[in-house]
Amino acid sequence: MRSLQVWLLPASITLFTILVAFPLSRYMAWIMDGRYRAPRLLRWIEARLDSGAQDWKQYAVSLLVFNTLLFVYGYAVLALQPWMPLNPQHKGMLAPSTIFNSVASFMTNTNLQHYSGEVHLSNFSQVFFVILNQFVSASVGLCALTAIIRAFRGASRVGNYFVDMWRAVAYLFLPAALLLGVLFVSQGAPMTFASSYQVGTLEPNAMGTADNGQAKAQTLVVGPVAAEVPIMMLGTNGGGFYGMNEAHPYANPTAVSNFFVTFAMMVFPFALVLMYGRMLGRRRHSWVIFLVMLLLFVGTIGWAVWFDTLRGNPGLTAHQERALKIASAGRAGAATAVRLPATGGLPVDQHLGNLEGKELRFGTSAGATFGAVTVDVTCGAINCEQDSLNPLAGLSPMVGMWLNCIFGGKGVGMINLLLFLVIGVFLAGQMVGRTPEYLGRKIGAREMKLAVVALLVHPLLILGPSGLFAATAWGQKAEGNPGAHGFSEIVYQFSSASANNGSAFDGLGVTYGFNDNPNPSPEAVPWDLATGLVMLFSRYLPILAPMALAASLGLKKAAPSGLGTLRDDTFTFGCLLFGTIVIVGALLFMPVAALGPLAEHLGPIPFGG
Amino acid sequence: MRSSGAAARVQPVTRDARQPGISRRVRRRRLFEPELVGEALAQSFVMLRPDIQWRNPVMFVVELGAVLTLLFVIQGAGGSSATQVPLTYFIALDAWLFLTVIFANFATALAEARGRAQAQALRRARSETAAYRLDRDGGLREVPSSALRPGDRVAVSAGQTIPSDGEVIEGIAAVDESAVTGESAPVIREAGGDRSGVTGGTRVISDRIVVRITAPPGQAFLDRMIALVEGAVRQRTPNEIALTLVLSGLTLAFLIVVVPLWPMALNAEEYMTSYLGLSQPLQSLGTDVPTLVALLVCLIPTTIGALLAAVGIAGMDRALQANVIAKSGKAVETAGDIDTVLLDKTGTVTVGNRQAAGLIALAGYAEARLAQLAALASAADQTPEGKSIVRLAQQQGIESGAPPLTKAAQFIPFSAQTRMSGVDLPDHRRIRKGAPDAVVAWVKERGGSVPDGFQEAVQSVASQGATPLAVAEDGAIAGIVVLEDTLKQGVRERLWRLKQMGLRTVMITGDNPLTAATIAERAGVDDFVAQATPESKLAYIRKEQAEGKLVAMMGDGTNDAPALAQADVGLAMNAGTQAAKEAGNMVDLDSDPTKLIEVVEIGKQLLMTRGALTTFSVANDVAKYFAIVPALFAGTLPWLAGLNIMGLHSPTSAILSAVIFNAVIIVLLIPIALKGVKYRPLGADALLRRNLLVWGLGGVLVPFVGIKLIDLVLVATHLTA
Repeated sequence: MRSLQVWLLPASITLFTILVAFPLSRYMAWIMDGRYRAPRLLRWIEARLDSGAQDWKQYAVSLLVFNTLLFVYGYAVLALQPWMPLNPQHKGMLAPSTIFNSVASFMTNTNLQHYSGEVHLSNFSQVFFVILNQFVSASVGLCALTAIIRAFRGASRVGNYFVDMWRAVAYLFLPAALLLGVLFVSQGAPMTFASSYQVGTLEPNAMGTADNGQAKAQTLVVGPVAAEVPIMMLGTNGGGFYGMNEAHPYANPTAVSNFFVTFAMMVFPFALVLMYGRMLGRRRHSWVIFLVMLLLFVGTIGWAVWFDTLRGNPGLTAHQERALKIASAGRAGAATAVRLPATGGLPVDQHLGNLEGKELRFGTSAGATFGAVTVDVTCGAINCEQDSLNPLAGLSPMVGMWLNCIFGGKGVGMINLLLFLVIGVFLAGQMVGRTPEYLGRKIGAREMKLAVVALLVHPLLILGPSGLFAATAWGQKAEGNPGAHGFSEIVYQFSSASANNGSAFDGLGVTYGFNDNPNPSPEAVPWDLATGLVMLFSRYLPILAPMALAASLGLKKAAPSGLGTLRDDTFTFGCLLFGTIVIVGALLFMPVAALGPLAEHLGPIPFGG
Repeated sequence: MRSSGAAARVQPVTRDARQPGISRRVRRRRLFEPELVGEALAQSFVMLRPDIQWRNPVMFVVELGAVLTLLFVIQGAGGSSATQVPLTYFIALDAWLFLTVIFANFATALAEARGRAQAQALRRARSETAAYRLDRDGGLREVPSSALRPGDRVAVSAGQTIPSDGEVIEGIAAVDESAVTGESAPVIREAGGDRSGVTGGTRVISDRIVVRITAPPGQAFLDRMIALVEGAVRQRTPNEIALTLVLSGLTLAFLIVVVPLWPMALNAEEYMTSYLGLSQPLQSLGTDVPTLVALLVCLIPTTIGALLAAVGIAGMDRALQANVIAKSGKAVETAGDIDTVLLDKTGTVTVGNRQAAGLIALAGYAEARLAQLAALASAADQTPEGKSIVRLAQQQGIESGAPPLTKAAQFIPFSAQTRMSGVDLPDHRRIRKGAPDAVVAWVKERGGSVPDGFQEAVQSVASQGATPLAVAEDGAIAGIVVLEDTLKQGVRERLWRLKQMGLRTVMITGDNPLTAATIAERAGVDDFVAQATPESKLAYIRKEQAEGKLVAMMGDGTNDAPALAQADVGLAMNAGTQAAKEAGNMVDLDSDPTKLIEVVEIGKQLLMTRGALTTFSVANDVAKYFAIVPALFAGTLPWLAGLNIMGLHSPTSAILSAVIFNAVIIVLLIPIALKGVKYRPLGADALLRRNLLVWGLGGVLVPFVGIKLIDLVLVATHLTA
């Protein structure tokens, strides 16, 4: 009975999303292909935006210029926060490094937050920085994917970037966000420009007493929460109004709203894969990709739920004494004998699994489910404390970010998958006795160069900084926990930044706060700068290189498929794709997985936790 | 009865049309011939030179790692090692790293040596002709043709082979140039004028000429072709370039994985030291540079990196073994990608000549009588068609009556004007056979008439794709001989095999569309070009290419040259003209029209072998991680021994086993690299599934077994702590 309850939530959300994704993909293809006939006013706006058909380079330049302007704009909004309206609490200016980090974060659809929304941002910043970025940054990846599809169709002109942005925002995200916003308002999410309420607590003195002996009132921060949550989820942004993100009762008031926020972050990434097949006229091919992604998706959720909801917290259970020999490097016999004492279990009923850091309002498996989904689709919102997941369960969100193509973010997940696909087809596809082809076009040196470059960015930006921070005070002083868990925190943070995910393992002291904060976290500035740079580099290169790849491939002549050509819509192809993703992913990240979650799981408890 | 166009020119190739000696001498070599192995071994050490090794980025990284490790060995031997790792471990590690590079070099060197040996065998065959050199004093001296220099004069008499390319300076002779041109009719070559050029390998049929040699030894046409083979060996094909790039990318990726491991391992050492409250800092292999080098070498795709060049060279070598000289490796590689094959009907699909297959007697003639008449008319006809008519009559028990005819009978040969042949017997009977309309005209001329059913019979025969041949006696038409194109034995199976490979087969013929369609259907080709002209062939190739397809064709004539040049794979017959051979990108020394099938398979095999070894190489890494990662951190995180699922003896034995496996697998896979993965025409999907299981899944599993075995051996022989 219990296992049924545990699995019901993830299963029902996944099924529901799949059902919605099919018609939605059709609508999306219809919109992005421009086959709609808009009302006159919207048509007028679109005509103003249309600067003509662009080749991939012009498209890419437009994308970069737009994002640069967005950066300047975002920096200005946050830096000028003290002087802007809708700031009754007179919130000051964030530290410059934090502003850089946040601007980079929201512009790149990452939404890694080195600040806490309700503490550090005014409603003006929430609306004009956060919400605005969440609409447009989500569209950037979608536009890039659309351009890639058009290039694959053989078009030398891949569309107009500004028109595509307009289509994505006006016809996809705005209506969907409006619909969900109404739903969230009905569930009790605040929707106001008021900033905060002072309320008396039910339990007297719950907030302590003032000097004059009076009970302190509780300050409840409110704002346009119902407006922010839908696009934060739909656009797989994940940057919450509150620091607690979707665990906060205002951002995620009920089990119903939890169902729909989870659904909201999944639905566009699901539909995008199907849109890819529709727009290319290769629907069976996209189904194979979809199923491969779904398999990985179910795998990561299953892993997280299995090791978190269905297993107790090993930190609370009893452990026997362990005697270990630690071999000194290489020298035979020169081992250090170590005795790990037995630990007693705490009197905690663990039959409901690991409940630390969970919002039980949503059910026991909601946290693990959400935790896995949010990284698979690179949303980054969270409704539980990832830091408190069981060690092995914590591996699941990391794997999601490392692979970064289990549906993935808006467009970019599909783009990342294409990289794995091209590399898999190139390496193994030759085994049919032909030069590797994708969509009938021969994959040559130029395409492979671009694919490899795009693929290398991700591990480089995760492993390089993780190594640097792990060995220096930057990382060691910021860790909330020493040992393997602290190492996991570091790796998680860079994985989240590089995957443009934005979720946090937490436990790292990375918050500087306001510029005049006398006691910032000691290593907040290097973390701000490092993750900010990682986010920027890992965003644009892996979008631009595949665009160049698609353009180069698209211009080649497509050979007709036959008995001798590799078919891309079969079970075998699915196995090839699955194998490529799993093996390449494992080869790149297995050592850090061993040093982090696996070492923590296999090691003594309490150890680094 | 010749059909128009190109098809008609393809003569059935007889043995004597080949270059004598050439096809014989290129034999299959044993894989590890001691002589070649020795040569390759020496070369593998020469190739350690960085400027040579640099060309193979993957192995260059291994070499750098080996040198770096060597520095640690020297440091350790000097007693100033900062680590506690035993020196013997460093030495063993370094030895195996160098061996890895040497094994890789050996694979390449062996493939090159085999290729060279193959080409040398060819060249030797060419140069062994005896020549009679004219000395200044006018004396004749017998020398090998390889000793001839430009300016030397040689005398060639009837029946001798012209030793090298040259110019006739004295005399006039009929020369059989079929070995070079494919034309069996001898040509006249004489001193002076533009008919004085002679080609090495051609044969003088009559008279005696003196030739001044113009080509230095080894520079004659065929020699140049062989030189091309050798030169092409070191050129990378487009696919090879792309693959090298990916392999370099993977190398870079694993550098990205391994380099940060050093600070990460340091982090683990520090916190474990403080966690356990030790006074001495812990040290694991994770911060030991040679061990990290070993990890890097195990992870980067050394297997395919080592064998890539060998695979490419072996591909050309296999082509050579099939007696096909490919002018570039690219041509062989392209052969695997071919979508459409243009096949000449004659010689490829059909035996090459129409054969009498049946008789239709008309106007009261008995079939036996008709057979006799037809045989009489063909008694002196030495064309394959004529012979087949006689044979058919004999099968029906009828003697052609040739002996009594020999003296008095007068044979009328076939001519293009009359389009008939036949015999005038001593008793003044005239028998003719020939094209129906010509025979009808002849009969009418003599006051005869056309019997009922004649036109219908003619048409019905033609509509079945056969050729009707009318037979008449004096003024009366006796009936029709049905000439049919006979399919070559096994051609249906071979075409089916091509189809299974995913190729579209197109038959090229000079026949009319009706005949062509029937033969196409009988043979099972997908499409045909009837009444083909060189222009229509070229147009067809262009049309296919416009659809994104790659086209292969075989040709021999000068008028095939444009099409051969246009085709993605143009296989010229060695018996063909010089122009054809220059235009194509491969030459078939056997002039065998079915060779295209083999060439396509060789191309596919080449690509498959590359893909299989790459997949295997990458899949291998999974097991190596399970061996090395727990070993790296045994000194800090002993509980990671849970990952040591192979149960390897000790950290150092685990790392050595992985490195040894990584090196040994190169040698073990050399036979596969050289012989190629067997290609089976199963269709792409089945082939991929099969190869994914063998090389992908196998690649994951095999090293688990291999590394464990090596570890057991190391422990059993006390070679490791």
